[in-house]
Amino acid sequence: MNAKPVVSVTIYVLVFFTLLVLTAVTTAIAFVDLGGGINNAAAITIAVCKALLVILYFMHVRYSDKLTWVFAAAGFFWLLILIGGTMDDVLTRPSLSPGTASAPTQANPR
Amino acid sequence: MNVSAIERREHYLNVNYGIRSWLFTTDHKRIAWLYLLSVTVFFFIGGLFATLMRVELMTPQGDLVQAETYNKLFTMHGVTMVFFFLIPSIPAVLGNFLVPMMIGARDLAFPRLNLASWYIFILGGAFTLMAAAAGGVDTGWTFYTPYSSIYSNTHVVLTVVGVFITGFSSILTGLNFIVTIHKMRAPGMTWFRLPLFIWAHYATSIIFILGTPVIAITLVLVGLERIFRLGIFDPSLGGDPVLFQHLFWFYSHPAVYIMILPAMGVVSELIACFSRKRIFGYGVVAFASLAIAVIGFLVWGHHMFVAGQSVHASMIFSLLSFLVAVPSAIKVFNWTATLYKGSISYDAPMLYALGFIGLFTIGGLTGLFLATLGIDVHVHDTYFVVAHFHYIMVGGAVMGYLGGIHFWWPKMTGRIYPEIWARLAALIIFIGFNLTFFPQFVLGYIGMPRRYHVYPPEFQVLNVMSTAGASILAVGYLLPLVYLIWSLRYGAVAGANPWRARGLEWQTASPPPTENFDRTPVVTEGAYAYEKEPEEIYALRKPAHV
Amino acid sequence: MSKVEAFRQHHFEDVEQQHEASWLGMWVFLATEVMFFGGMFACYFVYRHWYLQAFASASNHLNLWLGAINTAVLICSSFTMALAVHSAETNRRKPLITYLLLTTVLGLVFLGIKLFEYYSKFEEHLVPGSSFRFEESLARPAEIFFSFYFAMTGMHAVHMIVGIGLLTALILQARRSRFSAAYHTPVELTGLYWHFVDIVWIFLFPLLYLLGRHV
Repeated sequence: MNAKPVVSVTIYVLVFFTLLVLTAVTTAIAFVDLGGGINNAAAITIAVCKALLVILYFMHVRYSDKLTWVFAAAGFFWLLILIGGTMDDVLTRPSLSPGTASAPTQANPR
Repeated sequence: MNVSAIERREHYLNVNYGIRSWLFTTDHKRIAWLYLLSVTVFFFIGGLFATLMRVELMTPQGDLVQAETYNKLFTMHGVTMVFFFLIPSIPAVLGNFLVPMMIGARDLAFPRLNLASWYIFILGGAFTLMAAAAGGVDTGWTFYTPYSSIYSNTHVVLTVVGVFITGFSSILTGLNFIVTIHKMRAPGMTWFRLPLFIWAHYATSIIFILGTPVIAITLVLVGLERIFRLGIFDPSLGGDPVLFQHLFWFYSHPAVYIMILPAMGVVSELIACFSRKRIFGYGVVAFASLAIAVIGFLVWGHHMFVAGQSVHASMIFSLLSFLVAVPSAIKVFNWTATLYKGSISYDAPMLYALGFIGLFTIGGLTGLFLATLGIDVHVHDTYFVVAHFHYIMVGGAVMGYLGGIHFWWPKMTGRIYPEIWARLAALIIFIGFNLTFFPQFVLGYIGMPRRYHVYPPEFQVLNVMSTAGASILAVGYLLPLVYLIWSLRYGAVAGANPWRARGLEWQTASPPPTENFDRTPVVTEGAYAYEKEPEEIYALRKPAHV
Repeated sequence: MSKVEAFRQHHFEDVEQQHEASWLGMWVFLATEVMFFGGMFACYFVYRHWYLQAFASASNHLNLWLGAINTAVLICSSFTMALAVHSAETNRRKPLITYLLLTTVLGLVFLGIKLFEYYSKFEEHLVPGSSFRFEESLARPAEIFFSFYFAMTGMHAVHMIVGIGLLTALILQARRSRFSAAYHTPVELTGLYWHFVDIVWIFLFPLLYLLGRHV
């Protein structure tokens, strides 16, 4: 079911400006060294927030039925399975020598 | 009922004639026929590759073909059978024909997308056949990198383009089924009154939707690597071939559930009808279909135990692979419980269903052996694996397909096939199948690797047995081709419900009118109400033709 | 209601059912698109984990400001697309056409900037292949980064082109007064598609452009 209530332009304007602000924020934070993990987490979090705003308001999911929510969520959830399973392998491979990441090969000439 | 009565009555086959009425049809039933003809052609092409392989394998030396040719044969056999027969067969033929009818709808939600999916299938098939004609591919149907992405000198790009295109055929079919089942059920057809065939196809469609795009992008990356020398899986750049395998198997493992779930749906229908009983534990079987689809996405790493995957990941994938066997086993138990104290008849469809239960159980059990890490180290990439998946795909999926074709043949054509020949063929197939593939379990266990065309002489006896079985199997597959076509002209005319089955598809004429039902049915009973007569059950405002 | 009835296809009971089916169908399709792009994201995360320094260094060779401008351009285009749907819902034909046109123009701007970026990369010898040149110790993983840069933004661009094609078709139909408050499903569905393509870029921008700015 789509949005039978027509979403007001005001909401669209608010979402639009929030998206622009978040873009500016994520760009600015990128120049500040908060420690690798925090930078990554911040970038991903902001991206997820932006995506949620688009999905909930521009794509009307906030006003749609459960079925729409389920299918909207399903793709992302399944992607997490793919990334999760693959990263589990990658993160738990034994490293080839102490102190190096367990990359498949070190830079070998072509 | 006489022949002239059928010819006078208008139905979906005679409503218009001519090639254009078929090539531009949007009727799901006609599209099912388009698919039926196409997948049959691909089945025999794949069978031809298999025949050449089995003839070569009669002798320990490589005498019929060279190694490079043999590599192409097993690759093309796999690609053709997996992507162009097993994956489309039941969903695109029986699913297309029956899903709208079983839920009381006039067509699928998107009839034009349905036709498009067939054209896409043909286009993908054309690319792949072109690749075969141009010399074929030798990477194995699994396209492992970096051989496929860098070093192979065969027509990889052409083949992956063909498979990529065909993937969209799957996606559109799955999309159509999901929307149709959600939105177009007849009044009174609640979720838990749906036939298990529908539950099975819904679960299959989940896999179509969420799995197929991943192999699509994976093949794109392989193609890009070959064409533009992008270094994605190239070890000399630091790329990881195991990463390709993660992406490939993320789809290709659930793909095997695409192949088996629809067959399980067919088996549920057949067991119920030929035991004259409701399926034992209907709700559990329905949820088991969904469970197989979901858990099936969590086990892909069991193809990579010896590929360089971490032990940690391998243990998790092994455990989850054990878990996915549970809903499959539940189904087998429930079918068996349905048989208990049923009124059993042994018509050809039932023979296929019973064969399915036995052979699928063997295939599934050997899957558990393979999921066990220690055993897999020993039998990975041997004929044990080959036997395992052929038990499921041929002993399971193909027999489910044939059982379904026979069961619904009267509905689709208005004709009865010759029962004696059908039972004979089923028996020949069962014997031929076991003779072909059981020796392969032994061969694999004693050490014969897969994808080899030469082997030590001590393996010859078992190989000859396997090839002998294959020739019997070939006869078994050719028989239905002959008598089913024969029945189109000379078979007895079928009534609306020759099996006295339950299910909305049997409440309308054989063959059905284009709009499926004269009036939209109103459903008041669950599926498999075999304790009641068909006439009591469905409140059609006007009785269907009988 | 007969104008709307004219759009009802024969196999549906009523327009309501047809609309619900179309809406659900598009969401199912978008789920497939998430998995399609997702495969590349999965690969990207793996290599970024192993080759963080090379990836960060390679990322710094991308033009951050063009990337940021493009992000803003797409956000604007999503805004105009949402307003286009709103115009259709409120039966205003002229604004509908205007907003569809604006969305299309913004999409073309995005592609223009992208093309310029690609050309710059070509000139800087950052296109993977025999002409690729990078600081020696990081060269090979950097080449993987650029493989993903081109594959992911390229696939995104292909989707943008398809979207622009859909928008063009909508504009032509809107000019012939095909849409109304009662029937504007194609506009809604194209909106969903366009927003999805925007979301992909919302993730691509930080992952590709912002990786190594603080290093």
